Amino acid sequence: MEKWLDKANVFFDLPLTLNSRLLILVAVVVLLPAYYFPLWNMTFYSNQYPDGLKLHIYAYKLEGGKTPQRDDLREINELNHYIGMRPLLESDFSEFKWIPFGIGALILLALRAMVIGKMSNLVDVFVLFSYFGLFSLWSFYYRLYTYGHNLAPNAAIKVKPFTPPLIGKEQIANFTVYSWPGLASYSLVLFAILLFVAIVLSAKSAEE
Amino acid sequence: MMSKRTQWTWFGLGVLCALAVSLAFVACRQKPTEQRGAVAEAAIATYVPPGDQDEYYLFYSGGHSGQVFVAGIPSMRHIATIPVFSPYPSTGYGYDEESKKMLGEFTWGDVHHPALSKTNGDYDGRWLFVNDNANARIARIDLRDFKTKQIFGPIPNVSGNHGCSFVTNNTEYVLIATRFSVPLPLGTYASIEDYATKYRGVVGAVAVDPETGEMSLGWELLTPPFNWDLGSCGKGPSEDWAFWSCYNSERATGKLEVTASQKDRDYVIAVNWKAAEQAIKEGKYKIIGGAKVIDPKEVKGLAYLIPAAKSPHGVDVSPDGNYIVASGKLQEITTVFNFEKILKAIENKDFTGEEDGIPVLNYDSVKEAEVNVGLGPLHTQFDDKGFAYTSLFVESAIAKWRLGGDWAVVDKIPITYNIGHLCIPGGDTMHPDGKYVIALNKLSHGKHLSVGPSQPECSQLIDITGEKMKLLYDAFTEPEPHYAQAIRADKLHPIEVYPKEESKNPNAIWDVNQAGATRRGNHVIVKMTAVRSSFAPTKIEVNQGDRVTIYLTNIEQTTDELHGFAICQYNINVVVDPGETKTIEFVANKPGVFPYYCTNFCSALHQEMQGYLLVKPR
Repeated sequence: MEKWLDKANVFFDLPLTLNSRLLILVAVVVLLPAYYFPLWNMTFYSNQYPDGLKLHIYAYKLEGGKTPQRDDLREINELNHYIGMRPLLESDFSEFKWIPFGIGALILLALRAMVIGKMSNLVDVFVLFSYFGLFSLWSFYYRLYTYGHNLAPNAAIKVKPFTPPLIGKEQIANFTVYSWPGLASYSLVLFAILLFVAIVLSAKSAEE
Repeated sequence: MMSKRTQWTWFGLGVLCALAVSLAFVACRQKPTEQRGAVAEAAIATYVPPGDQDEYYLFYSGGHSGQVFVAGIPSMRHIATIPVFSPYPSTGYGYDEESKKMLGEFTWGDVHHPALSKTNGDYDGRWLFVNDNANARIARIDLRDFKTKQIFGPIPNVSGNHGCSFVTNNTEYVLIATRFSVPLPLGTYASIEDYATKYRGVVGAVAVDPETGEMSLGWELLTPPFNWDLGSCGKGPSEDWAFWSCYNSERATGKLEVTASQKDRDYVIAVNWKAAEQAIKEGKYKIIGGAKVIDPKEVKGLAYLIPAAKSPHGVDVSPDGNYIVASGKLQEITTVFNFEKILKAIENKDFTGEEDGIPVLNYDSVKEAEVNVGLGPLHTQFDDKGFAYTSLFVESAIAKWRLGGDWAVVDKIPITYNIGHLCIPGGDTMHPDGKYVIALNKLSHGKHLSVGPSQPECSQLIDITGEKMKLLYDAFTEPEPHYAQAIRADKLHPIEVYPKEESKNPNAIWDVNQAGATRRGNHVIVKMTAVRSSFAPTKIEVNQGDRVTIYLTNIEQTTDELHGFAICQYNINVVVDPGETKTIEFVANKPGVFPYYCTNFCSALHQEMQGYLLVKPR
């Protein structure tokens, strides 16, 4: 046990190699698109909407597809009111405040780990980031669940409470709904992978 | 008694006869293979499968319906009706304050000639102008939303605005003209005995704002009391000129059918509109009826008369602007005038007379050709291969002839029946699209399912890509298209939703929570929203005798989500398009409770989209 702890102490004190530090920098750059691209994309197809109503969830905003013929977010809310679903309002999403903040904080922590060059800092960032990522995912899932389950009791059309799909395809009334992670989500995952590789690289170099 | 043998012979003969008759019958029923092939070819040429769209927009004038009809080519399917001079409950036109104000005192108009706006001599897809022959007006339809935006007129001094609307090469002006001369200004009395001297016509133009399309008074030119018929604007070398044809250069009255058909030649008038514009700038005009009118007795060098074969109807300028084609409807010829020769004759003062100050050019000096097209030539359109197509009313046919060279008629196609105008997409522009010609026929004589004595009109789609014209399709429309114009579909980009950001109406509201009524004295002002599937507010309470103004906004931003708003027994029905705000005004003079409801089917809960107007008795 003590041996293991010693080993751990040695591990956490390891210096980060140049390669690992450069990887952290790359990871930070890779994370930047998270500010500019959607985290999640949902598309609602039906007979009347062969091109699909589109909904894009960003780290900081909600955006519907918009053409001169249609405002999708408005339309989705318009349709949802028949089943008594609350309108999707940006102001209802606390995520839009804390997700950008969280990402910013993690970028700063990653840069700090790069500059100080200690394994423990890098592990901190990795663990915090994984927690943040999973929590965000759960938070979105919970929100979808709430929207689908808190339906007004006096709605004109009664449907069974439901959860819109987080990933994949689902049939909801006359709509086929597709939900997939967006580019921002991929950059979040890639960020975590790059940090992990940075940890492994420095650890391996210490072994040699 | 017949012998057995004879009986058998007779029987055999009978069988043979029956066989022959049935064979003949089968042969008659079965069209020759090539004919069936042609039918299949025509069917394919006009078939637009579900989901596909037509290649051209066709804008029919709706005649005395006061409307414009929109169809697609080649399917010839009617797609929409644009109300212009008449109320149209389908779109709520004429029931809201905005359109009521445009319609003014009239409930109808007589739409004859649609004119698509032009830039550099070709359609630019911005506006469609249409004339009202009856009440001397012009309307502008914006092709961004296919809505009538302005009705201009009655135009001073113009009586029977038939020689309208034709636009100049860059839509600087829309031509106007008097068909039925009267004493001027309008409202003046003079005995019909004094027709030749005291009645006057005008030709002129209404100015168009290049940015907004807004029309305003331009210039007018005083003319003898001829009946100005059709007009056309020059192109290229003749760009600065406008042309109108006339009948009744006899200055006759009474039964014009006879009295105005005495001379062998009437006139085409050529007016230099640039010079007219200049004369106005220089103050060489007098004000008649509020308009600036140029008197050719005092201002020379603007206008010239060209003798043209008997009672010419259409006057059309070739795409290159070199030829002016006038069709004498009471002769068999169409006369072609050479613009260069016209300029030369003017320069040489090669005149043969004068009519109230307007010189008459020497026919022989300006004529290029007399083309023997056939009986009753009316209008001419042009293709992109150097051919002209003239409609023949009496002959019920279209003649295709070579513009230039031997001026020969190269093909003729019969139509059903009595063709008036004809339309080639871009057929009056500098670059026609010579794929189809549409024959706009006056009589159909039972070519369709019978609908009783009131008959529809007939238009026929004809393929003109080959050497021989080929009839493709018969379409039937409400009365009564005169001229039509067609434009490539990709030149128009209509909106289908009025964007919320563009809404400038101060009385528009976009939030159901802002809806409600306020009272100022006995005036109740309601701000109302319509959105699937409810109105807000759902009740309006007023006192009998109150004036009620409702500002209704459709807060939808989705294509095709129109809402209607009708109040039962109050003769009100408006339709608001997505993002549109309309004003409804009435006096609540009938006490009681009156439902209001959505008339334009909108959604699964459309039936529930209703409310109540409660009028408390005095």
